[in-house]
Amino acid sequence: MNDAVAIYDVRQEAFVPASAAGPAPKRIVVAYGFWVFLLSDIIMFSALFAAYAVLVRNTAGGPTGAQLFNQVSVAAETAFLLASSYACGLMTLAVASRRHGATYLGALVTFVLGAAFLALELREFANMIAQGATPQRSAFLSAFFALVGCHGLHVTAGLIWLTVMMAQVAVKGFRATVQRRLSCFALFWHALDIIWVGLFTLVYLMGVVP
Amino acid sequence: MTDTRYDRAPGDASAPAEPSGVLVYTTGLVLAVILTATSFWVANTSLLWGPGVSMGLIVLAIAQMGVHLVFFLHITTGSDNTNNVLALAYGLLIVLLVMAGSLWIMTNLNDNLMPPPELMHMPMRH
Repeated sequence: MNDAVAIYDVRQEAFVPASAAGPAPKRIVVAYGFWVFLLSDIIMFSALFAAYAVLVRNTAGGPTGAQLFNQVSVAAETAFLLASSYACGLMTLAVASRRHGATYLGALVTFVLGAAFLALELREFANMIAQGATPQRSAFLSAFFALVGCHGLHVTAGLIWLTVMMAQVAVKGFRATVQRRLSCFALFWHALDIIWVGLFTLVYLMGVVP
Repeated sequence: MTDTRYDRAPGDASAPAEPSGVLVYTTGLVLAVILTATSFWVANTSLLWGPGVSMGLIVLAIAQMGVHLVFFLHITTGSDNTNNVLALAYGLLIVLLVMAGSLWIMTNLNDNLMPPPELMHMPMRH
C-alpha cells in the first residue's frame, strides 16, 4: 500500500462516526461489559459503606475503631495493594506485547503482594477477634467485618482468578479469549484498589481522627 | 490498529501518540503514593484544624480515586472514551444517592426518633 492510499484510508476512517462503523470488536464489547459489572460492584460496596457510616458510632459499650485499628498495619496493607496494582499494570503491558517471561513475572509479583495484603488483613481480623471484638459484639463491628471482609473476599477471588489465568497462558498461550480475560482481570484488580482507597480513608483514618 | 474509529475499551492504553505505558503507570504510582502519604500525615498531625481533617481526608481520597481511574484504568475525557465515562458517571450518581441518602435520612431519624437519655436507661417493665 503506498502512502497516498494510506492517508486516504485514515481520512476515510476519521469521517466514519462510531454509529456507522458497524459492530465494535469483541475485545471492546467484553471490556465495556466488564466495566459495567465493576460499576455495579462498586454500587454494592456503596451500600456497605453507607451501612458502616450509619452504624460507626453504635459500639454498644464495646471497643471503638480508635482502640482497635493499627495504623502501621493499615499503611503496610495499602502499600502492598498499591504496588500489586502497579505490577498488574506492568503485566498488562507485557501481555499487550506478548512477552511470556515478563507476563509470568508481573503475575507473580501481583500475586505475592496481593497475598501479603490478605495475610495482614487476616492477622488483623484474628487479633480483633482474640480481643473479643467479634462481628456479634456491636453494630459497628458487624458493619466493619461486612465491609472489610467483602473487600477481602474480592481480593481472594482475584488471586484465584490470576492463578487460573496464568495456567491458561501456559496451556493456551496468548490467544484472543485469554487476552480478553486478562484485560478483565486487570480492570478488576485496579477497581479493588480504588475501593481500598475509600476503605482506608473512611474506616481506618477517619476512625482514628478524634 | 484497525479499530481506532471505535470507542476505546476501558483499560486500553494503546494509542500511538500517547506516552509509553510504563511511564503512565509509574506516574500514577508516584501520584498515588504522594496522596496516600499525605492522607496518613493529615490523619496523624496536630498542625491542622481538627474539624477540617475529615473533609481533607475525603478530598484526598477522591483525588486518589481519580488518579487510579486515569492512570491505571485509562478512563480519560477523550471522545473515544465517552461510553466509559458515561457509565462511570451513572455509577457515581447511584453511589452518591445511596451514601448521602442513607446518611441524611438516618441522621434525621436519630435526631427525631431517638428517645431521650432518661428513657433509654429506664429498666424494662413487662
